[in-house]
Order: sequence, then C-alpha cells, then structure tokens
Amino acid sequence: MSLTRKTAAELGALIASGEVSAVEVTQAHLDRIAEVDPQVNAFLHVATESALAQARSVDERRAAGEPLGPLAGVPIAHKDVFTTKDMPTTAGSKILEGYRPPYDATVTARLREAGLVILGKTNLDEFAMGSSTENSAYGPTRNPWDLGRIPGGSSGGSSAAVASYQAPLSTGTDTGGSIRQPAAVTGIVGMKPTYGGSSRYGLIAFASSLDTPGPFARNVLDAALLHEAFSGHDSMDSTSIHEEVPPVVEAARRGDVAGLRVGVVKEFGGEGYQPGVIARFREAVDLLESLGAKIVEVSCPSFGYALPAYYLIAPSECSSNLARFDGMRYGLRVGDDGTRSAEEVMALTRAAGFGPEVKRRIMLGTYALSSGYYDAYYGSAQKVRTLIARDFEAAFHQVDVLVSPTTPTTAFPIGERADDPMAMYLADLCTIPANLSGNAAISVPCGLADEDGMPVGLQIMAPVLGDDRCYRVGAAVEKAFEDRWGGPLLKEAPSL
Amino acid sequence: MTTTHSVMPFDEALERFEPVLGLETHVELGTASKMFCGCSTAFGAPPNTHVCPVCLALPGALPVANDKAIESTIRIGLALNCTIAEWCRFARKNYFYPDMPKNYQISQYDEPLCSNGYLDVEVGGETVRIEIERVHLEEDTGKSTHVGGATGRIHGADYSIVDYNRAGIPLVEIVTKPIPGTEKLAPEVARAYVTELREVMRTLGVSDVRMEEGSLRCDVNVSLMPRGAGEWGTRTETKNVNSLRSVERAVRGEIERQAAILADGGKIVQETRHFHEDTGATTSGRSKEEAQDYRYFPEPDLLPIAPSPEWIAELRAELPELPTARRRRLQAEWGVSDLDMAAMHNADAFGLVEATVKAGVPAADARKWWMGELARRANESGTPLAELPITPEQIARVVELVASGALNDKLARQVLEGVLAGEGSPDEVVEARGLRIVSDEGELSSIIDQVLSANADAADKVRSGKIAAVGALVGGVMKASRGKADAGRARELILERLGVSE
Amino acid sequence: MSAITRDEVAHLARLSRLALSDDELDHYATQLDDIIGAVARVSEVATDDIPPSSHALPLTNVYRPDEVRRCLTPEEALAAAPAVEDDRFRVPRILGEEA
Repeated sequence: MSLTRKTAAELGALIASGEVSAVEVTQAHLDRIAEVDPQVNAFLHVATESALAQARSVDERRAAGEPLGPLAGVPIAHKDVFTTKDMPTTAGSKILEGYRPPYDATVTARLREAGLVILGKTNLDEFAMGSSTENSAYGPTRNPWDLGRIPGGSSGGSSAAVASYQAPLSTGTDTGGSIRQPAAVTGIVGMKPTYGGSSRYGLIAFASSLDTPGPFARNVLDAALLHEAFSGHDSMDSTSIHEEVPPVVEAARRGDVAGLRVGVVKEFGGEGYQPGVIARFREAVDLLESLGAKIVEVSCPSFGYALPAYYLIAPSECSSNLARFDGMRYGLRVGDDGTRSAEEVMALTRAAGFGPEVKRRIMLGTYALSSGYYDAYYGSAQKVRTLIARDFEAAFHQVDVLVSPTTPTTAFPIGERADDPMAMYLADLCTIPANLSGNAAISVPCGLADEDGMPVGLQIMAPVLGDDRCYRVGAAVEKAFEDRWGGPLLKEAPSL
Repeated sequence: MTTTHSVMPFDEALERFEPVLGLETHVELGTASKMFCGCSTAFGAPPNTHVCPVCLALPGALPVANDKAIESTIRIGLALNCTIAEWCRFARKNYFYPDMPKNYQISQYDEPLCSNGYLDVEVGGETVRIEIERVHLEEDTGKSTHVGGATGRIHGADYSIVDYNRAGIPLVEIVTKPIPGTEKLAPEVARAYVTELREVMRTLGVSDVRMEEGSLRCDVNVSLMPRGAGEWGTRTETKNVNSLRSVERAVRGEIERQAAILADGGKIVQETRHFHEDTGATTSGRSKEEAQDYRYFPEPDLLPIAPSPEWIAELRAELPELPTARRRRLQAEWGVSDLDMAAMHNADAFGLVEATVKAGVPAADARKWWMGELARRANESGTPLAELPITPEQIARVVELVASGALNDKLARQVLEGVLAGEGSPDEVVEARGLRIVSDEGELSSIIDQVLSANADAADKVRSGKIAAVGALVGGVMKASRGKADAGRARELILERLGVSE
Repeated sequence: MSAITRDEVAHLARLSRLALSDDELDHYATQLDDIIGAVARVSEVATDDIPPSSHALPLTNVYRPDEVRRCLTPEEALAAAPAVEDDRFRVPRILGEEA
C-alpha cells in the first residue's frame, strides 16, 4: 500500500521502527501533492525544501538514538492562518500576499517540536470567513469527492488535503464550524476542542472568543494523536485553560459507548435539512443504540437563536480584529502616491486587500457595535450566548454527549451560494452552538447521502473539557461503520 | 491660521462667570515590561528595539496582562480612596490611527478597575476635596515624527515615521468628577491637584511621573457658566499640558478665552484644544466631521479582572504613608502653622525640610533656611528648590557651625552662597573665605578700642547710662570686622570697658 | 422598511476604513439589510434578566509576571513594512489633530 494511504499512527510507527524514513514519507506526500493538487487546489504554499530538511532531521535524530514522539516524521499541512516563520502566511487574503511572519504560532511551534513535517500551508476562506473556501483570494479549493463541489470551509484546504491523501493530518480552526463542516462534507474526521484547550497564539484572529484550533485526520485515533500533540496550556494566550489535556488518545483507542447516555437535539432537523443527511443521521443514532448507548431526546430551545447571535458576535469581533490590516506596518499598501493621507491609503488598501465577504462582515460588525445599536445587536447576542450555555448545561445533566448532523446538507456545487450570504450561513446551523459556549465537538463520517452520493457527518458534542467523550463515541461509531462498510468511507471516493 | 482671539481679564471673567474644571491625567506606570507583552519600557531606546509581535500587532499575536500593572492600578485606586471593582473587564476602543498598531486601544470602558474616590489638596491654606470619577488601566501608543512641512508639526507634513517602543506601555487614566466652586482659585486648584497626584504616585513608587518625558500627562477640561445660571456650560478639553505651571496657565487662559467669547454672545464649541508651552495659548484641534464612535466592547482576548477581597486588603495594609497623612504628621511634629505648611507645599519643600530634619537640624532651623535664604536663591536663579546644588547634610553642617558659635547668620548665608557656587563643602568654604567668627579677645579688643575712640559721643552716652546707645557701637564693631565679630561678645566687652553693667 | 440605509452603509465604510465604490455601496446596502433583518431576532429572547457573556468560558484573572522578554530586532520588526526610514515605519501624512 502506498505511504500516502497510511494513517498517521501507522506512519509514525513505521518511521520510529526504521522501516521507512521520514524523508521517504515526506517525498511520497510531496509527489502526491504535485500529482493531484493542480486539480484540488488545497495548498497555497508547498514547502518542499524545508519539509525534506525537517524530515532529514527526524531521520538523523532517530539514527542518533533520540526518542521520537508518536508523530515524529509524519507530514502535516497547516491552515494558512497559523503563523510560520519560514514560509508565507496569508490567511487567504490579498492583504497579506507574500507576508512572512517573524514568529511561529504556538500550534506550529509545538508540532515542529513533536517532529511533524510541515508540507505547506492550506487554502481557506479569507480570514476564515466562509463555509466553502470560495472566499479565498487565491481561488477555490475543490472537494476530492466531486471537483465541482466545495470542500467546506473555512478550513477547506485542510479538509481537501487530507481527504485527497496529500497529507495524513492537517490543522484547522473552528469559529462557527470551520473544522467540523469541512470534515463532514469531505468524509473525514474533524474536531473542535474545548475553547481554550488549544492555543490561539499565532492564529490570525477572526473572532477571538470563538476561534479554536483543531485537528483533521482520516480517522479518530489520528485526530486524537494530533489533538494531544498541540494542546495544553499556553501562557501566551490569556484564554488558554490551565488544565490537563483530556485523555483523548486513550478515549480514541477505547471507543465504546455501552451505558453512555446520548442526547439527540430535537431542534436540529426539519426544513432546510437534506433528506439524505437526516437518513444517515438516523442510522447513526440507531447504530449508537445498537452499541449499547441510551438514546434520549433533548430540547435546547435557544439553539434556534445561535445562528443570528453568531452572525453578530463573530462580525463584531472581526471588525476590530481586522483593523490592524491597514498597510502601515506590513502587508499590502495601496495608493501611497505621496499626496494621499494615511487615512486615505488605509481605506484604499483595505478596499483592495479584502474580499467581499470580509468587507461585508467588517461592516456588519461595525454596525452591531455602533452606539445606538450595541444593545439591540451585540448586547442581545451576548445574552443569547448565555442562554445557549444554559441549554448545554441543562442537557449535560441528562446526557453524556449530544449528537446531531454536522451540516444540514452535503457539499453544494461551487458557485451555488457564492453571492447569497444568508444561504451560505445556514451551513453552520448545527455547529455554531458549541462555539458560542466553548464546548468540545467532533464530526465523524456517517455515510453518503442517497441524493448525491456525497459524505454526511455526525456531530458529537461534549461538555467543556469533555473532549475525550467526543473521541470515545467517535471511535465507537467509526469502528461499527467501518465494519459495516468494509473499510473507511473514504475508500468510496473517486481516485484522483 | 488665525488663532488670536480677544481675552477677558481674569478678574472680570470671574466676576461674570463661574468656572467648572475637570482633569484627566495619564500616568505611565514604571513596570519593567509593557502592559500586554514582555518588551522593556525603558525610556530613550533606539527606535523599534522594544517591540514584539504583540505590541506591533502582528497577525496572530495576543495580549497577556501584566500583573504588576494591575496591582499598581489597584494601589493607586486605594490611595485615592476609590472603590475597587470586584469584577471588571478590559474593553477595546476602536479607532484608526497610525501610532496605534492594532487600530484599537485596549482600555476600560464602563467597568473601570477603581471608581468613586477623592483626593484632598491644599490651596492657600485651605483643603479642597477633588472627587475622583474613575481610575482605569490602558495602553500607550507609539510615537510619530512628522517629516517635511515647516515646523515638524503634523500640519503640513509630507509624511510621518513611527517608532512603536512606547506602544503598549501601561497607562493609568485618572479622571476627576467635574470640580465646581473653585472660583478665583481654579488655576491654583488644578495645579495643586496635579502636584498632589504626582506626589501620591511617587510615594506609591508606581511611576517616575516625569512630565517632561511624558510619563505624566494632563488634559484640562474647562467650562464657564454665567453667574446665576443653573446649567454648566460647554466644555473644552485642552491637551498637551506638560508641566505644572502649564496646568495653571492653561486653566487661566481658557477661562479668559471662553469668557471673551461668551461675553460677545458667542458659543463655546465642544472641542479638543492644544496647549502651546511657548506662548501659553491654546489652539483648536482639527474639528471632526463626524463624532467619534469608538465602538467599545469587552476585550475577548483578555479575561475579566476579579481581584479577591483578601488581595485588596493586603494591598491596602501595605500602602505607604500618603502625602496628606505625612504632611499632617510633620506639621504636628514641627509645630508649624497651616500657612507655613502651605508655603512649604507650594515651594515643593517638604521632602527637603524633612531630610534636613533627619540630618539632625531642628525643624525651625531647617524650615528657616529652606524657605528663607535658599528659597530666595532658587527664585533668583529660576531653579526648583530641589535642584539647588546643596544637600540637607551640608545645611546641617552649617546649622551646627552656627550653634557652636563658629558662625553667625550672616556668615552662614555666605557659607551657603559658597556651597551653591560650587566652592565645596561648608567647611571648605569657611576655610577658603575665612569666614570664622572673630572671637579672639585680643583682636576684638583692638577693634573695640578703635571703635570707641572714633565714636566718643556714643561712648559717653553709654557711660551716662543710656545703654541703648551701645547698639551703634556694636554695629561699628561688626562693620569694622566685616561681620566676623561675635556680636554678643563685643557688646559684653564694650560695656565692661565703659564700666557699665545692665 | 429597510433596517439599514445606503447612507448608513457609507458611514460604516468610512468608520471601517473601506474605500467602496458606489456600486459596492448599493450592493452591500441590500445584503446588509437582509442580514440585519435576519439576525435582529436575537432581541426576541434577550431579556433584561439574562446576563451577557463576552467569553466562551467564565474564567478570570490570568496575568503574566512583570518580566522583560526578548524583543524582535529592528530588522525583524521592519522586515515586512511597506516603507521604512531611520529604523521607523514610514507612513503617509497623518490627518490628525494638530499637536
């Protein structure tokens, strides 16, 4: 079997035992990228030289008898919102074209430390704003299942890279579903850790109180291994939790649900949900029951307000977070002809450097924070946030985890919702509540929708710091489904 | 730009209008590192050497609050008799400006760390209570230099260059409530408040409060209301007031300017004005097309501040003796009048007198020298008292020499003059200038003989019982000895010689 | 009735430092009106008795010790600057308050 088809855990073991070298593994993935990425467009930057150099260093350390971590030598692709000091970091925006940061994000630094080999930086919706990766200034990424469809977003480059075997692992960020939704629509695993469980330092901010770095992988165990490798307290991020990382790897290995209480959120379903998605979700719930879980219907009445609250809070924070991109200290500068003022140059730079969705959200956020509107919009949205947290709290008194479809529909065709923001925003309907309250949530594949043959994801939500429960249930579902399917769902994907 | 307006003489302005003051003071804290990152706060470093991803607002960087800055702010709040918030947040103040890297300032909005306090200041022997609205923590901006144009001012410059070393230095903002009722003393009250605040900061050791380096900056709000009116007038905010004297001048100038406009039937525009140290005048800031909307919201990158009651109690217990308490104690110890206290306060002489007392000088003497001879000399040379080149120890030595009879007051003044002129220690000056009192009986006797023979009339009067006439003879001795004679001894010897006893 | 007018969008664009064309203003005015109309629902449930949450988790008091750490070198700090002069960031003339 080709090295690119192996799991991260397998690759780590092969490298550690010396059966294959990190350089061989890296080269195999670089070859795969060269072969398929012209079609997929998952990568914004491929770091061939530095990847091979990093791989050689792992091989040398192994040869010298140094102990290696479980993922040493395993390649990874980073969403291009994590700063990397040896390669460009653009956030998918023209305003940062060619920008090279002088420092590494904590996630980047920790994974370098753990010996992972950075293949490059992946495409995304500009500044992580979007659900399709069509909002990238560098062209859309395509879904490996159907190149005419979107790979989800905003971390669409990362989901597509893993789903098309260009990388066994990738990082993403999840602000309203930007890891779980792309994972769901490309048939892979994507996890949003508990807010504060993974460091935001060096993650180019979209919405500070929501942004959460997390892993993509083709199976639950790999996701857990990556999760563990970059998580844990970081003194550079004030919102980082000062607690032990939940035992995610152990939970992924355990993978059982016997006796577990699983809540089905009553409010998710009905209008706007694709029948094929609902069908696969119901099967997954039945499967859980057959595995010994107790299924309970749970009501979360405020979840219906999560989407509007999110589309006030996230734009408000982004309108402020993105103010620093003004062409004064770094990045694009437009219109500085010696006569224009700084004010004018800033406005021209930002108009030229930001795409339509970013501008839309900046203005929406500016509006929501304006005097006279603050209370009705931003203020009310913050109250909804309290209500969502209360709903979760009440639900987790009754059950151990909550489940729902990850997305209301499967991947839609590129261009379909491009100029219809409200339709686009619906993609995050089921994922947003966990962001507003900081809960852990994962998406695992649960089959293909009958209508279009595209992947469907099952979302498993757990309490704050209950990340291990996501992996435990996810692994159980994965094992049962793979037994039924005769292998991972991804084997059904067309070969590129 | 025409900025000259007529002004109304201060006294007339006060007859017609009542001033209301407000003061906003920014104090840069003397922490080692910046507010939200580990960059040094040292003053005067080469440009952009004290910057990092956080204070340059590079993509992805995040702030983490400096614990010492939080502690210092709480201590300032306690010293100003404020209530300390049980729970409060930082907020983002959003506006674009090139010297502010994030294009928002991390500040506090409706949840200041400290609120509702007061500071008592003394003006003209009276205590005025200044109510404090709030004390909150924020961050400083970078520094722009304007290139091209005539004067290095922002107006007419071709472009600017920015150094972000100062960006992110912790800044405490202290805002008073409106201060009515100061009347003619308004300028002095404003100055006394800033002076007192500066002393509190020094006593707490939280800042070096150097106005000339910008570590203490003051904005002065002034409004006038016509006598008998029930409502306060429109206020202006004068920025860039960078010395104590300027605080006083700015208030006075703004009262005179506003009074002239109001008396003319004009209206005061609510605006920012800039104080010019050179002329003492204020000019209008650029009028803004639209009112600023700062879109404050709670800073999501930082967690709420919730100081425990135990911690606050601990900080309260550890507060040093504050200037007011210290002054009261010293007044009692020194036994001086309120007026003398006020005089010392105004002359910035407390610390000097106290140090001199510590060096062993009786309080009355210490005060006499600092507030008399030395204050006069300081005034003459236009230097602050504290900057005179003389130490409390040197004064103590001079006082010791007087007490031992080696010097009299006149000679002592000459010794001080020598010390101030850089001629060395008091003993060295005495030696070099030959300022010892003439107590050698032989030398004194011969001077007395000369004086008696030259003033026979006076001598006769004394002999005939008019003892008061001895004063002229003693004066003659002093004159002949060029002040070096011991006047008391000279008198004794003259009376003895003339066979008269008292 | 519109939730937001074209003039308001122009004002928002100025506040946000976005130099938008007339066409863009028209386009965004329509879209923002739709979005604001939809999200305004939040006020239906946001009653006075509910405390607002600004953060995902109710943590407090996270500080760092007052210690000086290594800064960037001026070269690193200025490397990405569009214009530099005398180790400072060179920016166009600032329309500010006269100082």
